[in-house]
Amino acid sequence: MELTVNWYLALSAILFSIGVMGVLFRSNAIVILLSVELMLNAVNVSIIALAQMMADSTGHILVFFVLAVAAAEAAIGLSLVIALFRTKPTVDVNEFNLLKH
Amino acid sequence: MDALLVRLIILLPLAGAILTGLVPLFMPGLRKNESLISTIGTLAVAVPFGMVVYLFLTFDGNAFVATFYTWMAAGDLSVDFAYRIDQLSLIMGLVVLGVGTLIHVYSIGYMHGDDGFWKFFSYLNLFIFAMLNLILADNLVVLFLGWEGVGLCSFLLIGFWYTDLKNSAAANKAFIVNRIGDFAFLLAMFLLFRELGGLDFDTLLNGVDTLSSTTVTMAVLLLFLAATGKSAQIPLFVWLPDAMAGPTPVSALIHAATMVTSGLYLLARMSDMVLAAPGVMVLIAIVGALTALVAATIAITQTDIKRVLAYSTVSQLGFMFMAVGVGAFFVAIFHVVTHAFFKALLFLGSGSVIHGMHEVEHDLEHEGHDTSSFDAQDMRTMGNLKAYMPATHITFLIATLAIAGIPLLSGFFSKDEILFMAFQAGYNGMPVAYAVWAVGILTALLTAVYMTRAYVLTFRGEERWPEAPSIAPHESPLSMTLPLWTLAILAIVGGYIGLPGVIADGDWNWIHHYLAQDYGGPVADLADSAGFSLPLALKWLLIAIGGGVAILGVSLAWVAYDREGLAFDDRLRERLGPLYGVWEVKYRLDEVYDAALVNPIRDIMGQGFAKADASVVDGVVNGAARGAAAFGRVLGRIQTGVIQRYAVMMVLGVVIVMALILFV
Repeated sequence: MELTVNWYLALSAILFSIGVMGVLFRSNAIVILLSVELMLNAVNVSIIALAQMMADSTGHILVFFVLAVAAAEAAIGLSLVIALFRTKPTVDVNEFNLLKH
Repeated sequence: MDALLVRLIILLPLAGAILTGLVPLFMPGLRKNESLISTIGTLAVAVPFGMVVYLFLTFDGNAFVATFYTWMAAGDLSVDFAYRIDQLSLIMGLVVLGVGTLIHVYSIGYMHGDDGFWKFFSYLNLFIFAMLNLILADNLVVLFLGWEGVGLCSFLLIGFWYTDLKNSAAANKAFIVNRIGDFAFLLAMFLLFRELGGLDFDTLLNGVDTLSSTTVTMAVLLLFLAATGKSAQIPLFVWLPDAMAGPTPVSALIHAATMVTSGLYLLARMSDMVLAAPGVMVLIAIVGALTALVAATIAITQTDIKRVLAYSTVSQLGFMFMAVGVGAFFVAIFHVVTHAFFKALLFLGSGSVIHGMHEVEHDLEHEGHDTSSFDAQDMRTMGNLKAYMPATHITFLIATLAIAGIPLLSGFFSKDEILFMAFQAGYNGMPVAYAVWAVGILTALLTAVYMTRAYVLTFRGEERWPEAPSIAPHESPLSMTLPLWTLAILAIVGGYIGLPGVIADGDWNWIHHYLAQDYGGPVADLADSAGFSLPLALKWLLIAIGGGVAILGVSLAWVAYDREGLAFDDRLRERLGPLYGVWEVKYRLDEVYDAALVNPIRDIMGQGFAKADASVVDGVVNGAARGAAAFGRVLGRIQTGVIQRYAVMMVLGVVIVMALILFV
């Protein structure tokens, strides 16, 4: 069984879906952040796979950008979680529902 | 080069209106700077006048159209901002801008010290802009833009002193009555567009032959109805006398010299089409003759000097419609030109008189008199002003003789040409034209009488205001008398552009050769008018009758009113009995309209529509608000504040879009 690009894309899709599910249904803010990271890296996998297939290094460069943005996003996300924790002693996002009708 | 000039001619008055109107609106400090505002306002008209003179002098006989851009294009309809320079629009341009410039100069003196000085000049400039759109337009839509624009400016200026409810009522009346004519104009445009597929004049006039006679008759009838509104003819003339509520320069410019002649201009512009509807032409001739007679008889009984002139304007416009009715379009334009000169002069002269009488009123008040019943426009309080206002007196006399039709003054040539053309049309087999001619002669006699009456009551006899002569009016400033003298010269020589047919067999009738289609102009002639020419002796006889009637009327009225003054009015009333009574109450037309139209409509509106407004219209409005609120309450449920719900919806949205892209 040959290792074609489809396998990588399937892996990427599965990882991405797990990430989406995590964002949608976990209530712990830290876990949600982790799920977002998972989604980003799922995309990275598909970019790398396609870049390899096309023999084009642009994809590799793009991945570095994604990693840098992910790092920045993680830093800001975590600081937001800490800021939230200071207002209420919890990281359960369902507790933060003041902005509603 | 010429296209640029056309652009400037049209845009400079607009720029003037903005500079004298909008700028002081936001910078109140400028409002009191009369010299700056009047300089800008006058130059914005005087400079385009110079340009039109240049275009006129360099005009080579070929009409040209300057197209600036497409205003609107929808389906088959495409309307350009296009302006046509030809003989007709040049003549009208010269009159509008020339008289306009003089009246701007006059207004500097007349409006001095008025709080709305800046507003006044802004409105006047805006009026000139709209009027230029009207007379230079190359299609009916741009013409209609100008048509509505002058109507708006007329409304603004009639109600210029709007703190007096009477003036705003007059402004409303003018606007609403004109609506009827505008409605007909719109219908005519719809009809012509449906039948011909275009609204520019080339399409319209070249397509006349392809139309059925019913269509042409309908179109011309509608255009004529439009003209009766703007040009104050039966049945829509009732607004013009009330329009005298505006400042006098406005009466001179808008309600005598320019705007009210735009109906004539429209018919002359569409002359090819009008000629194709002979039935409507008979109607036009009859309406013109009736209007001339009715207005002249009312004018005899009026005591307000401006109202005499207003009815006189209606009457003279009736003369012009007579000319259109007998197919002599160029004569109508000829009379428009000469009438612009002498009627503007009469109004400006009356303005000068009113200016002087206001001074008397002011002095009387100062002396402790009760001036609440003093009316500065009432001829019954004037008299012998020739001793106090010599320049106004001489120029007013010239204009009076000119409008009366005393031979060799301008009014004689144009009015006589109208009567001559009416007689000739009768001679050529249009029986009703003889009747029109007879009414015209009678009206010419009445014109001479009422104008001489106005002149004598104002300037001769004895002073009739209290405390004369210790309190007396003074001559108006130079900025007012200078336009008077200029117009007086024009009122004398203006007629020589159209010498009658008895001289050189009509070869010296410059305005005919300039405008007529046979000589390359835009205005059509009745095809068979050349067929039967009157014998020379008959032509001389007609001229003798025309001139004789004028001299007779002037001398009769002069002797009567100079000897008896106001008492002669009472003698007339006794002598004519009920007839004079009918004239004095203006045939009760206003009351008839009130009873037949205004009050029923008001009742229907008050009883039916007010209730419909309260229940249906308000119901719809409130229902819309309630519906929106209810919808919001339902939709608000979604806004839970739980961030993951929002995320679910986003993802669902993405999934749906993806599904659509991939599977549909």
